[in-house]
Amino acid sequence: MSTALLIEQLLNGLQLGVMLFLMAAGLTLIFGVMGLINLAHGSFYMIGAFACATVAAATGSFWTGLVASLIAAAAAGAIVEMAVIRRLYERDHLDQVLATFALILIFSEGTRWLFGSFPLYLDIPPLLHGAVPLPGGGQYQLYRLAIIGVGIVVAVGLYLLISRTRLGMRIRAGESDREMIAALGVDISTLYTVVFALGAALAGLAGALVGALQSVQVGMGEPVLILAFVVIVIGGIGSIKGALFGAVLVGVVDTLGRLLLPQALTLMLPPSQAALIGGALASMLIYIVMALILAFRPSGLFAAQS
Amino acid sequence: MRKVVTREAIANGSLALLLLAVPFAAIAMDEPFYVTLATRIAILALAAVGLNIALGLGGLVSFGHAAFFGLGGYAAGILATHAFNAEPLLLGIPATTSMPVIWLVALVVCGLVALPIGAVSLRTSGVYFIMITLAFAQMIYYFAISWPAYGGQDGLSIYVRNSFPGVNTALPLPLFLICYGLLLLGLVLFWTLRNSRFGAALQAARQNPTRLAAVGIAPFNIRLTAFTVSAMITGLAGALFADLNRFTSPSMLSWHMSGELIVLIILGGRGRLFGPVAGAMLFVLFEFALGGITERWQLFLGLILLGVVLFARGGLMGFIAGRERHG
Amino acid sequence: MKNKEGNKMKEILATGLIGLSLAVSGYAHAEPVKIGVITTLSGGGAGLGIDMRDAFTLAIEQSGNEEIELVIEDDAQKPELAVQIAEKMIQSDKVDLMTGIIWSNLAMAVVPNAVAQDVIYLSPNAGPSVLAGANCHPNYFNVAYQNDNFHEAMGQYANQDYKNTFILAPNYPAGKDSLTGFKRFYKGELAGEVYTQVGQTDYAAEIAQIRASGADSVFFFLPGGMGIAFMKQYAQSGVDIPVMGPAFSFSQDILPAVGDAALGVKNSATWAKDLDNEANKAFVEAFQAEYNRLPSVYAAQSWDTANLILSALSKASVKDKEAFRAALKEADFDSVRGEFKFNTNNHPIQNVYIREVVKEDDVLTNKIVGTAFEDHTDAYAEQCSMQ
Repeated sequence: MSTALLIEQLLNGLQLGVMLFLMAAGLTLIFGVMGLINLAHGSFYMIGAFACATVAAATGSFWTGLVASLIAAAAAGAIVEMAVIRRLYERDHLDQVLATFALILIFSEGTRWLFGSFPLYLDIPPLLHGAVPLPGGGQYQLYRLAIIGVGIVVAVGLYLLISRTRLGMRIRAGESDREMIAALGVDISTLYTVVFALGAALAGLAGALVGALQSVQVGMGEPVLILAFVVIVIGGIGSIKGALFGAVLVGVVDTLGRLLLPQALTLMLPPSQAALIGGALASMLIYIVMALILAFRPSGLFAAQS
Repeated sequence: MRKVVTREAIANGSLALLLLAVPFAAIAMDEPFYVTLATRIAILALAAVGLNIALGLGGLVSFGHAAFFGLGGYAAGILATHAFNAEPLLLGIPATTSMPVIWLVALVVCGLVALPIGAVSLRTSGVYFIMITLAFAQMIYYFAISWPAYGGQDGLSIYVRNSFPGVNTALPLPLFLICYGLLLLGLVLFWTLRNSRFGAALQAARQNPTRLAAVGIAPFNIRLTAFTVSAMITGLAGALFADLNRFTSPSMLSWHMSGELIVLIILGGRGRLFGPVAGAMLFVLFEFALGGITERWQLFLGLILLGVVLFARGGLMGFIAGRERHG
Repeated sequence: MKNKEGNKMKEILATGLIGLSLAVSGYAHAEPVKIGVITTLSGGGAGLGIDMRDAFTLAIEQSGNEEIELVIEDDAQKPELAVQIAEKMIQSDKVDLMTGIIWSNLAMAVVPNAVAQDVIYLSPNAGPSVLAGANCHPNYFNVAYQNDNFHEAMGQYANQDYKNTFILAPNYPAGKDSLTGFKRFYKGELAGEVYTQVGQTDYAAEIAQIRASGADSVFFFLPGGMGIAFMKQYAQSGVDIPVMGPAFSFSQDILPAVGDAALGVKNSATWAKDLDNEANKAFVEAFQAEYNRLPSVYAAQSWDTANLILSALSKASVKDKEAFRAALKEADFDSVRGEFKFNTNNHPIQNVYIREVVKEDDVLTNKIVGTAFEDHTDAYAEQCSMQ
């Protein structure tokens, strides 16, 4: 295998990781601040993609669609938080799992009701067509590089938001001591709505960005959701840094596993067999990695709090 | 405890009788499908009774019990397929179509798989536990989908339903009675466990692990035992489910199935003896009735579930039998 | 949307009317017939099921046979649910015939039990190899194709121009059958053989492998959203090795979502909307008039299924299973696919065409550019003893 292919695959892993980070950052933020486990996070991803595809089709501009995806997902997040989620903060995880499971059913069928049953079309913007050359002779798609860029910007932005701004201070306070920030006169229910909407908007952004690469259809959020959970559990729930690290780890392990495992097996097995069994092992790989990490670090790599 | 018959006992008895009466009424009215529906309820209830040991008594929210449900199903499917094709299993052991043997295999396999999964998962707690059980279930799910030997995603058909000595299992009613009998056994086991020293220790491990450790009982071992027993019962239900459908497939292992099992318990009332039964009745009824009315039934199912979580915290048992009694 | 609800109402009304009306239909055997349709109407795969249902109900409506009652239910693409619905249809609704299932794994769950209970099942889409071979059954009629057929046709077609093909499919039985089917007729070398994860949505890694493999062509089978994702990413990646595949990733239901990335791609199917015969013209026109969209290959197969049933109903009573099976087997109907016969295993003998994705009046669709096989059968018929 050439170095060019390896570099390209590493970038692919990084790009998958960045996309997972956008999902995982919201999840882990919501868990860290409100203690809520939100299975419906994948629905915001779907809403973002549908909003972007619809608006892009109507206006002809991907960028307007991107803005629409942020607005739609944030709005959906805020509405859901105020209508449903805020009744769940005091409940245990079990109720949260069930209520947000119900929300998945509602969002999926609701979206199908609104947009019909056929997948929607969304293409990458003309500005980002094309590829850039890689060292070693390969080339890499510009749009995917842009996704990596967006991920870095979001990561830095979140870091600044949390460490430098008033909102960030409140979020940090909310993570460590809820009574305390209420005593400080912070309107905690507004804070929760804002954090939830922020998380939803990040998921919507991820959905819109990825929607241009894949199919915009009902149920698209679920596989990503499970991966995002793997990411935040590996990274340590509540930790943005952990989410970033976990996301890149999962992205790279998954991508390289899919490439290398079948090839490694061809040393021992005939090609068809190796492809089948290698594929089977590759699809299990990240879950094996997650189980191994949790077996030794039960609260993830960067546990935010005890 | 002193009162001989509590309101909950009456409710439990009524539910048990109701579920038993449905198939007989259905046969009398020549509507054999409702026997199948009742059998489905009994099997899903049994699976949820299993989960209820971990979740209701031990407070262990397993989001991966579909793994055991599916493994049980595959135990039935694989044994039946080998027997049908007259191929011995590994090491020349003959396969079988005898239900009791299949159940035993399902129990043992699920126990053996649950032990290591539990041992790793129980090192974590809270959300981590939810997620790591999910991860293990996903591992098995992807394995089942991509492993070619037993049908992969297509699943395995059981061409002739497995047999039970002295009973014609091809008929709906005998099969129902078998499942109903096992459900009752499962309920008795749950009740016995809950009222035993083990059950007390398990509930103490949920409420106050430090005190438990202080009296010399390791919460880890108690929890691991509960998790394993819980997995075995759910696995048994999986074997029955495969026989009911005469089919088993990776969708029995999917995370949606794990979610549905949790739904059954919450719908019925968690930790309650008859919670899973009440939950399974409601869920199957919703699924069946809504599915007949509109193709958007999943939307309404979601709304109903949401309503139950938000506004009816005790589930159906809380509604008909009042708040749970302690003491 | 109104339209669909309207159809539902019509079905309910029809159900009610059957009870009241005396047999007024002009059919030779005008007796009540109940057909159970299990198909996917919710979730991500609903588009295929909706096309199937819409074509089927339209064909029945157009026939004017008011004695036919349809029981339509949604399987949500879950095998367990499909099994439950099938039991209900057989035991409670007491349907005479069943049809509708889109996916192979659901067909495998439902069909063996249904046919064993002496219900005749007609498959409008899925054709798993087991049901064509060792486990074929007199009550099982496949009106669509055997799963390998489209892939075999592509393998045959590839021999014309290509010597070194890269092939990929999802890692599940249908995917394995696909690549096996392709290799059965393909004579060149393989530049690579890759099984992707089921439900995978990012193919960057595979596309990189394709680019590095030195292949002169790519064959892929990735149904539904997987195919949409692959085609878009492939087009965006700038790799210009020609792509081909079975019709599933280029059928009318998903072409709009793939977009121009699909233009020019060769794909194999037994039907296209420009297939030149009277039945097909009438079908495409009727479907477009009623639903205001172009029909997909699923709609075409479903339309044929309905017309096959109608043709058999005019010859025999559905209560006389023996006679009705014989009437079905004659396949005496005007198929939108032209020549259509049943093989010994009740699977089609039909032409498989090569189509090309083109743009007509700004709408992406397919046109036929060649014939891969004439009167093609499947590889499993001889394993079928039809007991």
